[in-house]
Amino acid sequence: MKGKVKMAQRSTLDTQPPLIAVHTTPPPPRTARLPVDLEGIAMIWLREMSRLWRQRTRLYGAIVRALVWLFALGFGLRRSFVPIAGLSYAQFVFPGVIAMTIIFSALQSAISIIWDREFGFLKEVLVAPTPRSTLVLGKCLGGATSSTAQAAIMLVFAPLAGVTLTPLHVLAALGAMFITALALSALGIVIALRMTDFENFGTIQNFITQPLYLFSGAIFPTRGVPGWLSALLFLNPLTYGVNAIRGALLGYNVSEVPRDIVALLGVTIVFLGIALMLARGEA
Amino acid sequence: MSVVVEELTRTFGAIEAVKGISFAVEKGEVFGFLGPNGAGKSTTIKMLCTLLKPTSGRALVNGYDVVQMPTDVRRSIGIVFQDPTLDDYLSAEQNLRYHCMLYHTPPATRPTRIDSLLRLVGLEDRRKDLVKTFSGGMKRRLEVARGLLHEPQTLFLDEPTVGLDPQTRRSVWEYVMRLRQSTGLTIFMTTHYLEEAEYCDRIAIMDHGRVVALDTPDALKRQVGRESVHLVVAPEDVARAALVIGEDRRVTHGEGGELQVECAEGASGQALAAQLLRQLTLSDIAVQAVSVHAPSLDDVFMRLTGRAIRDETAGAKERLEARLRGRGRLRRRS
Repeated sequence: MKGKVKMAQRSTLDTQPPLIAVHTTPPPPRTARLPVDLEGIAMIWLREMSRLWRQRTRLYGAIVRALVWLFALGFGLRRSFVPIAGLSYAQFVFPGVIAMTIIFSALQSAISIIWDREFGFLKEVLVAPTPRSTLVLGKCLGGATSSTAQAAIMLVFAPLAGVTLTPLHVLAALGAMFITALALSALGIVIALRMTDFENFGTIQNFITQPLYLFSGAIFPTRGVPGWLSALLFLNPLTYGVNAIRGALLGYNVSEVPRDIVALLGVTIVFLGIALMLARGEA
Repeated sequence: MSVVVEELTRTFGAIEAVKGISFAVEKGEVFGFLGPNGAGKSTTIKMLCTLLKPTSGRALVNGYDVVQMPTDVRRSIGIVFQDPTLDDYLSAEQNLRYHCMLYHTPPATRPTRIDSLLRLVGLEDRRKDLVKTFSGGMKRRLEVARGLLHEPQTLFLDEPTVGLDPQTRRSVWEYVMRLRQSTGLTIFMTTHYLEEAEYCDRIAIMDHGRVVALDTPDALKRQVGRESVHLVVAPEDVARAALVIGEDRRVTHGEGGELQVECAEGASGQALAAQLLRQLTLSDIAVQAVSVHAPSLDDVFMRLTGRAIRDETAGAKERLEARLRGRGRLRRRS
């Protein structure tokens, strides 16, 4: 912004007659001028869906990973835990495994921005007559939709964990999963826009995805933990996501779900704001 | 005028990549931007495509100021980058359809427009195939098609044929020239293949951030030297031939019956060859061989920049610098 103003003042050419007819008002736009470009966002979203479909192996990987966790924790640790609020450990950990599917796939999808930058497609979007918000919002919605879809597949395995589902449960869970996925996608986009090369991908898995997952209450109850851990849990957006999904699926800790929703939407807005600022610097 | 550039400057920290250049490109012209790596070509093209803000000066593309009206500039131009920017995991058709969405072309015209462009670049029977199965040349052609989808007035081609085999390069050029004929599109391109620069109506040569020459390829070549005609006659005819050609011309004798005749400043070698053939035939001197030698763009380039255009030792370091600049792209805020 500042640069633009300076530019206009410095140019002495503005006072000279222009060499050619200069458009002073833009031609009427073909679509109504909105602060966001809905068609552009739809394009990014569609592309995300199409890629999810084309790269189905990624999907199988996600399912297998989730099942491994479900069986290892849910059944392996069954004897080591007393029932939590009347729930078996397998039941308790099932929403946590769904949350894991979401965090892995949401971050992976957001990180594909780096891939797009390296392999060029990002440029196609950056030179298009569309604001940078198109990329950020389209990617966030696309990532959230594709991770919700991946996590929704996990619901099929609910009977394995002894979780019985009614259509209402499923609907509530999908809602909770989607807002969780939104927050994590927004976080992922901020990371992707800050990262300049692809070599750091493993680092992200180790330093962000895994700690966020493990310190979220996905695999243990958040009550009665040491103070330092409770601070971590408080700062981790996934904590609220796990709690909301668990509330929707098991009716556990339902009273805190409104707080979870507010926290997740707040986190989404803050990270999207940061992402928009960062996206302006992309060239 | 499709592009007007006035005193355009861009600095990166202490490095002045583009040093106050000015030029204009006519509507419907094929305008070539030549220069060694690191000369400032890419920086200039980035400013014209609104990807980079100028430090000072101004540029109008299709009548729109690149700083004040970037969205209008973007809507009115098509761009084919040096590196592919297609999505490999989408089909050719999907890549085109998504482009239409990004550029808000009228939805009713999309299917026919996509059809006709796929046909133009000869990919109509590969439309459903994933781009990752395409060869380099097919990808480049698809990119050209995509760049034209929203009916731009100016098409920017940044090294459009780099990395392509000679045959594909020729076919990309055939498409481009056909397009220009059928649509009156302005084409602004950078290249460092001098033989491709011959396709351009005018060429600007850039070096160290400045435009060091701007003219038609022929005029540029005439600047560096005259054309000459080489003749071969029977050795016993050499002296007589030299007499017929005349003393006012500069004639040098080679081995055997070879004669080299230099053209007058700015004159065409072909015309001189025809004239000499007529004169010699009239004087009953049999010409065994004739050829016209013209200075090449290589000579022009060498003269102006002091190096051959594909001087890779100079290029490698500059490319590395450009790459490092690119790596830091996120730290830069405009």
